[in-house]
Amino acid sequence: MTDLAAPADYVAPDQNDPAVRAVQEDRLRAVWQPPSGWFFRWTDVNNNRVGVWYTLTAFAFMLFAGVLALIMRAQLAVPENDLVTANTFNQLFTLHGSTMMFLFAVPMFEAVSIILLPQLLGARDLPFPRLSAFGYWSFLIGGVFVTGSIFFNAAPDGGWFMYPPLTTRTDLSGLGADIWMLGLSFIEVSSVAAAVELIVGVLKCRPPGMRLNLMPLYAWYILVVAVMILFAFPPLIAGDVLFEMERLLDWPFFDAARGGDPLLWQHLFWIFGHPEVYIVFLPSIALFAMLIPTFAQRHLLGYPWIVLAAVGTAFLSFGLWVHHMFATGLPKISLAFFSAASEAVAIPTGIQVFAFIATLWAGRVIWSTPLLYAVGSIAIFTIGGLTGVMVAIAPFDWQAHDTYFVVAHLHYVLIGGTLLPLFAGLYYYWPLVTGKKLSDRIGRTAFWVMFAGANLAFFPMHLSGLEGMPRRVFTYPAELGIGGLNMASTLGGFLFAAGVLLVCIDMALSPTRAKSPRNPWNAGTLEWLAHPDDEDWGIRSVPLVTSRYPIWDQPGFVDRVDQGRFFLPDAEEGRRETIITSVIDARPIQVARLGMPSVIPMITAVALGSVFILTTYHLYWWALAGAVATLAAVLTWLWTTAEIPEKPCKPIGHGLVVPLYLSGPSASGWWAMFITMMADATAFSGLLFGYYFFWTVHPDWPPPGHAGPGRFWPLVALALTIASWAATVGARELNVRGAVAAARVLLGVALLASLASIAAGLAGPWTSGLVPSAHSYPAIVWTLAIWTTAHAGIAAICQGYTLARSLAGRMTPEYDADLRNITVFLHFLLATAVATYLTIGLFPELRA
Amino acid sequence: MDADNRIRQEGGTTAREATIDAIIGRRVTGSVLPALLLAACNRHQSALAPFGAEAASTRTLTIVLLVAAVVIAASMTLLMRHAIRTPGERLTHDQGMKLVLWAGGVFPTILLFALLAASLPLMRPAPVSPADLRIKVEGEQFWWRVVTAPGPGQLVSANEVRLPVGRTVAIDLAGGDVIHSFWIPGLAGKMDMIPGRINTLVVRADKPGRYRGVCTEFCGLSHALMAFDVVAMEPAAFDGWMAGQRGASATASAAAPGAALFARYGCGGCHAIRGTDAASAIGPDLSRYGNRATLAAGILPMTTANTAAFIRHPEATKPGVRMPAFDHMPEADAVAIATYLQGLK
Repeated sequence: MTDLAAPADYVAPDQNDPAVRAVQEDRLRAVWQPPSGWFFRWTDVNNNRVGVWYTLTAFAFMLFAGVLALIMRAQLAVPENDLVTANTFNQLFTLHGSTMMFLFAVPMFEAVSIILLPQLLGARDLPFPRLSAFGYWSFLIGGVFVTGSIFFNAAPDGGWFMYPPLTTRTDLSGLGADIWMLGLSFIEVSSVAAAVELIVGVLKCRPPGMRLNLMPLYAWYILVVAVMILFAFPPLIAGDVLFEMERLLDWPFFDAARGGDPLLWQHLFWIFGHPEVYIVFLPSIALFAMLIPTFAQRHLLGYPWIVLAAVGTAFLSFGLWVHHMFATGLPKISLAFFSAASEAVAIPTGIQVFAFIATLWAGRVIWSTPLLYAVGSIAIFTIGGLTGVMVAIAPFDWQAHDTYFVVAHLHYVLIGGTLLPLFAGLYYYWPLVTGKKLSDRIGRTAFWVMFAGANLAFFPMHLSGLEGMPRRVFTYPAELGIGGLNMASTLGGFLFAAGVLLVCIDMALSPTRAKSPRNPWNAGTLEWLAHPDDEDWGIRSVPLVTSRYPIWDQPGFVDRVDQGRFFLPDAEEGRRETIITSVIDARPIQVARLGMPSVIPMITAVALGSVFILTTYHLYWWALAGAVATLAAVLTWLWTTAEIPEKPCKPIGHGLVVPLYLSGPSASGWWAMFITMMADATAFSGLLFGYYFFWTVHPDWPPPGHAGPGRFWPLVALALTIASWAATVGARELNVRGAVAAARVLLGVALLASLASIAAGLAGPWTSGLVPSAHSYPAIVWTLAIWTTAHAGIAAICQGYTLARSLAGRMTPEYDADLRNITVFLHFLLATAVATYLTIGLFPELRA
Repeated sequence: MDADNRIRQEGGTTAREATIDAIIGRRVTGSVLPALLLAACNRHQSALAPFGAEAASTRTLTIVLLVAAVVIAASMTLLMRHAIRTPGERLTHDQGMKLVLWAGGVFPTILLFALLAASLPLMRPAPVSPADLRIKVEGEQFWWRVVTAPGPGQLVSANEVRLPVGRTVAIDLAGGDVIHSFWIPGLAGKMDMIPGRINTLVVRADKPGRYRGVCTEFCGLSHALMAFDVVAMEPAAFDGWMAGQRGASATASAAAPGAALFARYGCGGCHAIRGTDAASAIGPDLSRYGNRATLAAGILPMTTANTAAFIRHPEATKPGVRMPAFDHMPEADAVAIATYLQGLK
């Protein structure tokens, strides 16, 4: 690529000179200054601000869902109570579960990670600050839309699992089901966006020297959990697509009378739903992995084991979704397999927990409030884990399933494995964000109140479940004799809420307290470089890291960072910058220019949100207008990215000169595209799974009386997609060799081929008269065809966009990131088209 | 009522114990828990009070698992306490890693393998022969269609399952409208009723008596109000009951004024009564209605007043019920119909 050399007249700054440092600090401060004004302050994109908004919003949703739970517990306090109606109760428990899962547990992980990750990695910000802002605004809009529905008596009421046909039959369920599906789909999009951001952050934004095996464990967990989100959410998105097709267009995917099967939804839902449990649990382990070494004052024992255990948990968690379906009458052999897998997941969890115990044992423990929360939550989680092993045994599960025993189990797991660990993290990291400690006295009181409340609320539920109390009942008969157990649960619930209230009071009192010293817990990891008088630049200079605990192990580390003696101590060109390093060994390979505050992420979120919300109300033309607005916003946003720098490279200190522009597999944009497409391909495989799932449940497939789309049009569409792909790859190769005109022609050809493939792809089902509302077969064929042609449409937009960039001089032979990134999209489109067109075109022939 | 009161009192005691237990936390559960299990309060809808072979073996499994869980949880707590209190440098890195390997990895692996090996036989379905009794149950919002011995001479009924003790019975489960789940805690584990599929649950009752089953899959507005009566009978009594049911429909009340009203209000549009013109299968079959212990799918005691009230305002008992309200019906007519129905024995 470019010749990497500093300009001849370049003189390295003298970091010993305080005046030089002060000038650098002024420049950094100016460029990282947050926007001001009553509106424009909300256009900020800096991780420090967006992460805090995100965290507070998720916390507010948690409080909201907690209040819903208190109303439910009040209703169930005594048998045959009539505080709320059945209708209200069903909305309450649906929204409680959905909010806690989709609006609290997962976003909270992402929110905390957005705050912490750049600090943990000594980066100035995440690689795509505007993407974080977009994710936040999507989350806020979607969350308010879903939770607000209960004030209009229109909240979803089919349970957080939304099993059809109860929820797909429009005579049995109303608007609430659409609000759930479309509102939460929107939030799933923002979750996936955040996951992409975090994965690229971990892989590409580490400080020089921080090889993968020196990463703080929290970063490992972010990587593992974000990858899990990437593969777990898309099957649910695929399920959502099928679900809304059935509700809005009467395509019978889950209607047994027309060849559908309600179990397809259960598979797609739990392929998401079980990894989800570990998605919300592993971040807590990650917080422990940060705070336990601090309070044991030594390195964590068994670093590689913990990493392997986390990765192992992630793998296993995708192989045990069927344990949510033990009572659906699946073959016994598959039950045995999933029983075994479900138990096996206890082993990596055991490794992680014992690594913490061994660390505490080996270290000189400093007793503290965060550690109290951590140890207490491990105790509660252990009980939930043990009942988890019990329900993994199918015969026991047949009794316990869908009873209050499971309610007890999951709350022990989630309180011990998510909520209390978050409070541990809250007490630990509060000084990092605010510069002040929370009160030990209030914190410890709150802990014991919550600990007692949780046990009082949830322990009796084990018994009320085995004594015959099903889940999701708005009342129960006095004859069952479980009134006392339920009263205990109710009192415990309110006690727990009192503890949460104490924590809120503690936080509210924080502004009145004095600043604490820097790194108040004497921790060894990078995030504690944060200064109580926080500067927005993130870190003064990006350090060279040679240890897992650099503050403890690298002499003079903090001073060297603060005096700008490491890399990138300045913002000479007045741009927000951070260092991009190589994936495995963290060699600095680029200085990336980051997005500045902008209103465009917010506009994009509003536009995309309007598509989902207007569709809920069947305002399709308005929704289409929203979609066009979204496309316009996205293109406007993209136009400013992959900017060609004013000079090819810049010195970052210590004689290192790195480029300002990268394209291809070493660039963060390329990784973001690749990762996004992995999620997209997973969603597609969910739909394809649907096709073959129907094949397994129908003796004849295609069913008699439903001819397939034929061989001709699907194969034509496939040929056109191949042409589009080949032309794009050809354009990339010609462009890099300088044949710009030829590359442009090929891009134009590719664009036309993409458009033609849309027509050909839809012509198959269209000309063969497949009526999607008649049977699940035509419905799934149409769905696959529409999915693939819609992607061909996106390909056409990509190709047109890149052509325009080339014509506008924003994409050149040397600076070709756009073309390389869309080639990634085309690779995935090709795979999708091959799978779709061979399935719908040739599979019926193979069967015949 | 006496029995109910007793159950209530017992329930109160158990609940108090549970409350105390929860307050004092896990440390003492070792001693309180087994006592609680043995003193299980309700005897007609509890997995802890089995009357069938499957539920009994599952209860044994439950107790073993619970004891193991309590021991493990207590040891973990003590170990953590010890780890925190031990001064630094008492445990070397290598010793620590050995702890992780053995306590965190090897020990759980062995334990879980043993558990899996012990539980696999329980997953095997009990064998069924063609001679065994079959009962077909279909879940509807929010009641149960029960066909005993499907085929020629089958008995159609609703919201009550009768079965002989000591004999293997295969229960075929189907979902009528949405997904329901069939659970008789004292008899066996639950099984889902899914539209388009038939699941079979093989059971054997051991102790005669009256029990209760419930729907455990959320199925809509009145999911909480979807239960049914279970009657386990001595084999001879069961055979006698079957024969009696197959015989001529009880006609004692056929001439009652309620019979004509039943026809006039069009009740036969949804309900069937064997031996009359009413033969629709949309709603619950009402032949031998008077023999059932409860009405509205295990929700209300079987009294004339309750039946009459339910006919006029079913929604008041069961939100979301499919049966239309007959609020224009004079109360006297409703009582007459109720009297007629209760006479069907």
